[in-house]
Amino acid sequence: MRALIIDDSRAMRSILRRIVSGLSFETAEAGHGQEALDQMEAGLDPDLCLIDWNMPVMDGYTFVTRVRANPAWRNVTLMMVTTESEQGQIVRALAAGAHEYVIKPFTPDAIVEKLQLLGLVDKGVLA
Amino acid sequence: MRLGVTMAPASFQQIAALVLRETSIIYEPRKEYLVEARLHPLAVQAGCSSVDQYVALVGVDAQERRKAIDALTINETSWFRDNAPYQAFTETMLPALMASRTERRHISIWSAACSSGQEAYSIAMLLDQHLPAGWTADILATDVSTAMLARVEAGRYSQVEMNRGLPATSLVKYFTRAGSEWQVVPALRDMVRTRHLNLAESYIGIGTFDLVLLRNVLIYFDQPTRHDILRRIHPHVAGDGYLLLGSSETTLDMPADLTALWDREQLGRVQAHRPAGATNRPVHGLSATASPISAALTGA
Repeated sequence: MRALIIDDSRAMRSILRRIVSGLSFETAEAGHGQEALDQMEAGLDPDLCLIDWNMPVMDGYTFVTRVRANPAWRNVTLMMVTTESEQGQIVRALAAGAHEYVIKPFTPDAIVEKLQLLGLVDKGVLA
Repeated sequence: MRLGVTMAPASFQQIAALVLRETSIIYEPRKEYLVEARLHPLAVQAGCSSVDQYVALVGVDAQERRKAIDALTINETSWFRDNAPYQAFTETMLPALMASRTERRHISIWSAACSSGQEAYSIAMLLDQHLPAGWTADILATDVSTAMLARVEAGRYSQVEMNRGLPATSLVKYFTRAGSEWQVVPALRDMVRTRHLNLAESYIGIGTFDLVLLRNVLIYFDQPTRHDILRRIHPHVAGDGYLLLGSSETTLDMPADLTALWDREQLGRVQAHRPAGATNRPVHGLSATASPISAALTGA
């Protein structure tokens, strides 16, 4: 399994990388949505994208709509990980095709539990 | 080498000392990554360029100090904790209970040792999704802590708590934003009532329930008290009802009088206790139906 971590904060990418690496994901990183799209168009084939909302060049919401517009990427699981916490924003992201939504701040367990909900991590991980 | 951790050792020591002083929770060395993960978003929100800078701010700003302590002392309870009991509830227990309650059309549940209420409200969400129109339900949430009961009654949860195991679709359906917190919707809140109760003391007047959730609490009592609780809780479980213990508690040794009182029944990955001789058996295949609450929430 491969996770693409998309966040303009290097520290946040590092935190997320440690969490998903601990769940046996290979990881790749991008500093904004366009960089992530470029990597995917170049052949990176992630099973999971962890996506910040507010980033330069291309924000996370736009990235979600672009991924969902391409049938070749229909199996990619998209999870927002963002400080955007307005209810309308969450609804908007889900309607655009995000599967799950984590609001910063979060604990490492929160990421694991969401990935369990999505069926990407075995239920026994936290047992 | 502290792989990937950018926080200075002095900052970690300062924040660990603060949390210890204020809450008695110990953050040991090698937990730097956890502290950093929890403080980084607060640092960003406060406009700090690093967690170290934020820790310095925490030292002089009481409001940020409270936020940092909250982020570092999170109640570990999550929504739909362990998942399997909730799956067993919707797939097996609820259909069986409904099949034998077609006249009364009411389901009653007791969340014993409810803590901050995630278990009670998780069950409430499932009842809302799976009970057909015309059915009602009530959930009694009890705890020894009045502070916890006040939290259940308020039905308000922090951002960090909301992330723990709650599907985003349920978040937007069953909660509304209330400042920096989330408020459970009235329809769900009204399903849950609270009562102060020490499990080691009398249950007189508590009632009888179709399902009693007594999960991850017996481990805090000594063996005689555990047995006493299992003995005294028996009359409060309906004859065809269920008692669910925590996954590590189902194998607790029971004396002969208790094994005579309780049958064990395997429901998928969950082992339930049932009053001995309970006759109804699983009815599989309950489908989600739109209840009046669902209809109200979705505007249908």
